[in-house]
Amino acid sequence: MTTDTVAVGPPVRLGRRRTRNRLTWVLCAVALALVVVPVVSIVAGVAWHALAHFHFSLLTTYPVGNGGGLLNSIEGTFVLVFGVLVLAGLAGVAGGVYLAEYAREGRGQFLRGASEVLAGVPSIILGYVGYVGLVLGLHWGYSLYAGIIVLSVLVVPYITKTTEVALRNVPTSYREGGEALGMRSGYMLRKLVLRPALPGIATGLIIAIAIAVGETAPLLYTAEYSTRPPVFSLHNSPVGYLTYNVFTDYNQPSTFLHQRANAAALLLIVLVLILIVVARVIVMMTQRHSPDRPQRVGKATG
Amino acid sequence: MTAAWRTVAEDERRGATRGPLLSILTRSSRPPETRAGAVHLDDGARRGGSGGGAGGGSDGGHPGDGAHPSHPATAWWRAERLLPHGLRAVTFIPLVALVLILGVLLWKALPAIRFNGFGFFTRTPWSVGNTYAPLVTTNGVRHPPLASYGALPFIIGTLVSSAIAVVLAVPVAIGTALIVVEKLPPRLSSTVGFCLEVLAGVPSVVYGLWGFFTLGPFLSHDVAPLWADHLPDVPVLSFFRSPTGGGQGLFTVGVVLAIMILPIIAATTRDLLRQVPRATVEGAVALGMTDSEALGAVTVPWVRSGVIGATVLGLGRALGETMAVAMVCGSLLGANVHSLYSAFNTISAVIVGQLDSAQTDASGLAVSTLAELGLVLLFITVLVNIGARLLVRRVATTALPVGRGI
Repeated sequence: MTTDTVAVGPPVRLGRRRTRNRLTWVLCAVALALVVVPVVSIVAGVAWHALAHFHFSLLTTYPVGNGGGLLNSIEGTFVLVFGVLVLAGLAGVAGGVYLAEYAREGRGQFLRGASEVLAGVPSIILGYVGYVGLVLGLHWGYSLYAGIIVLSVLVVPYITKTTEVALRNVPTSYREGGEALGMRSGYMLRKLVLRPALPGIATGLIIAIAIAVGETAPLLYTAEYSTRPPVFSLHNSPVGYLTYNVFTDYNQPSTFLHQRANAAALLLIVLVLILIVVARVIVMMTQRHSPDRPQRVGKATG
Repeated sequence: MTAAWRTVAEDERRGATRGPLLSILTRSSRPPETRAGAVHLDDGARRGGSGGGAGGGSDGGHPGDGAHPSHPATAWWRAERLLPHGLRAVTFIPLVALVLILGVLLWKALPAIRFNGFGFFTRTPWSVGNTYAPLVTTNGVRHPPLASYGALPFIIGTLVSSAIAVVLAVPVAIGTALIVVEKLPPRLSSTVGFCLEVLAGVPSVVYGLWGFFTLGPFLSHDVAPLWADHLPDVPVLSFFRSPTGGGQGLFTVGVVLAIMILPIIAATTRDLLRQVPRATVEGAVALGMTDSEALGAVTVPWVRSGVIGATVLGLGRALGETMAVAMVCGSLLGANVHSLYSAFNTISAVIVGQLDSAQTDASGLAVSTLAELGLVLLFITVLVNIGARLLVRRVATTALPVGRGI
């Protein structure tokens, strides 16, 4: 591993090369520290501000005036995420299946490109279009469903992409075997191809949830905000969500609101951590049962 | 064919006892031959062909639906013949969404484009005008008197803050990826991977909050004075001089954005580094190179184009980032940024910050101008993203994509 002890060339040069080698790795270690320190700082900083005067009523009460809790936002976040999971989940998985299994070369490439371009559209532009198109244009007013639709458009490309990749990782021999047995394509899809791809698809859905939980810009002007629990109507049904509390309370002249903003942020971090751990567990379980489990020897581990 | 049909029916009944969740746990889910390659591409084309045929309902080899009208499998088969059509329709959603987005933006921006003209890109002021006075008409667009919009400071702010982010993030990301792949044991590198996923997954408002309460004050009180207090007052360096402010400004935004795009670049670089053939690196070492010399001679050239692609992808995210920027940028309107620590604004932060107050403009010109700003932002980010994806496509990444920067 360490090669600087190999005596090649004049000894004077080797000393300089050894120094340069060490310097490179020291700089890399500094870079590593610059990655780890912000992670610790974000989690610890937010937790510090949030837990200083934490009380459980924050999680179980609705906002009242300038006080109260976050229950409306917690409920709203879950309702929004559930809606996104249903709408974008169906659309994204279906799109991924089509791109991986059915699409012809040219059309597939075209649709894939459109999906990738959509993934690059800034979320605030989606929010603006949702506001102008759905809230004002269709006269929905601030609406839970406008928020769900805009968020779904935002995450569909990711679900499509992960589903397609997961399906493409299913070996060709599975399909050949299915075809040799005379299976219809749809049946083969359900029984042979989709099943080994499920962990990958689930990971994609988890990513979508993480994005939906954390987005603010597309929701500010579509779902807006409400201090009451979510209302399930198309028109004038604003809904609260955790990121709104962070965004609006952080610069209010009130220490309580600062603390509430940090508490909402801490909840968001905890949710994201849970999602990451779940995704990791899924990946771990699939690797444990996989015949080509990456070998943990040497440097080139998978 | 009838035999196959019977197999289908039997499987249908037998399979009902085993749900998909259980099969995740019991089946080998990532079988061998998972490397994408020429075989896969050929296969995709072939399958595409046969799938299309089935979609057209042209393969009549299967037992006719009418032959067994009462069998439960028959209904499935009928539905499954329509499956490709349904899937295709759904796959067009992103395209339709793109067209709608562009259409709505253009339609909304049209009055603003007529009113602002080309000066939109060269002017600095940003004023809704006197909204209490009667509306006047210029270029066929009704607007409050004294309304004047210029996007120059926001375009500069967007580009400069993203440039700072990229300059700060790239060395850190590459250094991290190098040490993770070359030096750290698997368990530690997995921990670093977890850190990167956390960075990618943390919502942008949380970055904003952290930048506001923790990072901003730290940078302006403890970091920036290290050099800002000692620089001479000459043209270029004075940009880095001046008072370091309270922590809301270009510098803080640059650092926050850098941290936000770190995971994209670092994770992609790490996965690329793992694909570098060990034999070549070991050959370089066998020739007497030190570790770092082997990096420069073999490893880095191997991954260069992929890292550039990931960097541009990160740039795309930084350009479009809204909430974190809006929370720590200081929201300066109508003036150009004059120092590294001064308040400023980006296009996305202006849209999110001004859309509310734009409602007070009865002529709708303010909302319309924000649409024009949105078009500018869309143009920049889409251009950058397409470029990045063209670069990244050349290399297969195995990264677990988390966050908006896949």
